[in-house]
Amino acid sequence: MKFFLFLKQFYRDLSSQKLRTALTTFGIIWGTASIILLLAFTTGLKKDQKRRQHGMGEAIIILWSGRTGMPYEGMPKGRRIRFVEEDPEYLKMMIPEIAMASPEYTNWSSTIKYRDKIYINQVTAGNAEFGEMRNLIPKPGGRYINPNDIANKKRVAFIGYEAKKELFGDEDPIGKIITIDFVPFTVVGEMIEKDQNSSYSGSDRRKTFIPYTTFTSMYNRSYLNNMVVKPHESRQSDYVKRRINEVMARKYRFDPKDEEAIWEWDTTRGDQFFDNFIFGMNIFLGMVGFFTLMVGGIGVSNIMNAVVEERTKEIGIKMALGAKASFILWQLVSETLLMTFIGGVIGLILSGVIIRGYNMLNIEEMGSPVISPEIAILASILLGIIGFLSGYFPARRAAKLNPVEALRL
Amino acid sequence: MSIISMSNLYKTYNTGKVKVEALKSIDIEIEQNQFVAIVGPSGSGKSTLMNIIGCLDTPTSGNYLLDGEKVGRFKPNRLAEIRNWKIGFVFQNFNLLPYATAYENIELPMIFNGLSYKKRKKRVMELLERVGLADRAAHKPTELSGGEMQRIAIARALANNPSILLADEPTGNLDSVAGGSIIEIFRELHRDGATIVIITHDRAIADNVPSTIKLKDGVIVDSLN
Repeated sequence: MKFFLFLKQFYRDLSSQKLRTALTTFGIIWGTASIILLLAFTTGLKKDQKRRQHGMGEAIIILWSGRTGMPYEGMPKGRRIRFVEEDPEYLKMMIPEIAMASPEYTNWSSTIKYRDKIYINQVTAGNAEFGEMRNLIPKPGGRYINPNDIANKKRVAFIGYEAKKELFGDEDPIGKIITIDFVPFTVVGEMIEKDQNSSYSGSDRRKTFIPYTTFTSMYNRSYLNNMVVKPHESRQSDYVKRRINEVMARKYRFDPKDEEAIWEWDTTRGDQFFDNFIFGMNIFLGMVGFFTLMVGGIGVSNIMNAVVEERTKEIGIKMALGAKASFILWQLVSETLLMTFIGGVIGLILSGVIIRGYNMLNIEEMGSPVISPEIAILASILLGIIGFLSGYFPARRAAKLNPVEALRL
Repeated sequence: MSIISMSNLYKTYNTGKVKVEALKSIDIEIEQNQFVAIVGPSGSGKSTLMNIIGCLDTPTSGNYLLDGEKVGRFKPNRLAEIRNWKIGFVFQNFNLLPYATAYENIELPMIFNGLSYKKRKKRVMELLERVGLADRAAHKPTELSGGEMQRIAIARALANNPSILLADEPTGNLDSVAGGSIIEIFRELHRDGATIVIITHDRAIADNVPSTIKLKDGVIVDSLN
């Protein structure tokens, strides 16, 4: 009965202020929807961009050798530094923070042949860790190059999906023999499609990957094109880069402070920038949504003030009959909370519908917006706080009414 | 033991510069099952006295014991409890909740007292019988006559078996017939053992009540037992 009475009063309060209630609820709905939608879209955008960025690899460092920029131990500057095949293993041994490291060789234009089809493109060679670092994921049924292939200089190839399409069309490439510069190779894997928005040597989808040991037996190379290393954790990247410079400086005898001897590309830098960018955007958009919601909250507070005004007499009666201040307070606060809750639920449903509709349009560049649990929780907490605050102050005013004065009206 | 015992009680209102002494040196003893009328012209302090007896307000100084408890010093929450448990109010303008039915209005003090639905229902039906309005349970105040509204208000006042029934001009908004029936109900309640304090300036009523306290300018000028 108590609850029934509460609902009855709630209904009466709201229906006596129809227009105001409608506008206020609309404010809450609008605020909730804008917070959720704005955050959902940035989350979608972030996910999509991350996926594309990580197409090349997540938190990896690519290292090229350059020329010394400082004279060192009597040697002039401008001396060429070149990495050799043992360097990645050496770095891994010297710097425990490195999780994976691979040499990389590139032959820019190799002739790849399958039956009568000819495809001319790059051949890239690395070790077994190269595939994992660079996000070269095999389609089911195939595999990437493994340590055994490396150790035994096996003639096996892992092909990018565009190269596969050119050579094989719809045919299953696994186990088929291709020739690379007239040397026969067995295809052991085909790369799954991936979005890649950055590269240092062209897009992986056109490349053919082989073991570096096999590569050096075919092509006469003494030096690496570059190395790829990955720290255990991305936040270690600055330390790892400094250590690499130190270790290589000792080995190749250049000044450890020399910044031109080794060139590096730290992809965590891009991640950090993008993360900061998204973070800033989230704060900005979150604020926009928050203020919209707050305007709605002020509307609710306004209604509750009017309700208290209107119900002063009734509050006086209840107090005379023995209602405690806390009863009066909580009745009004819960009415406000119910109102914001209803507005919030409608806003949430509305955003869900809008997002679903948007996702059906398939606009790829923006990614697909999602209402993540974090967003839902954040919106609920904000709504709760706003609902509570906008109800609390009018309610406290009501609870502090002097019963004698309230009854006199 | 007295139900109400006031000694040397003062109530002073501080309205900016002017101090208004609404009650001065009040001494009152009201015993169990007494039926008392407080009379006096308007501005004599009747309402202030009523509010203090009813624990809606507290005295500025002096002692007020209700059922042996020093309620004059209680905090608002404790006063709310006392009003709920020990006082039954009947107002001149009924003060029923307009949107609630007769049943719900009577039930209200028991909700504040935390009674179960079953107990409340039993008691509400009892009280509706008592005031002769069992068939009006589902009616809202607007669907009732003035006399019926006041009877519902009396039923509500009795809900938690209060120590004392306080009525402020209970017949002031009623015609003489309805007013007479309300006074009759009070008499019956008094016969059944209730303690009743009634404020009125209706001489006809005051003359029919066993004891009267006459107030003038905040002072008791006459006390008839």
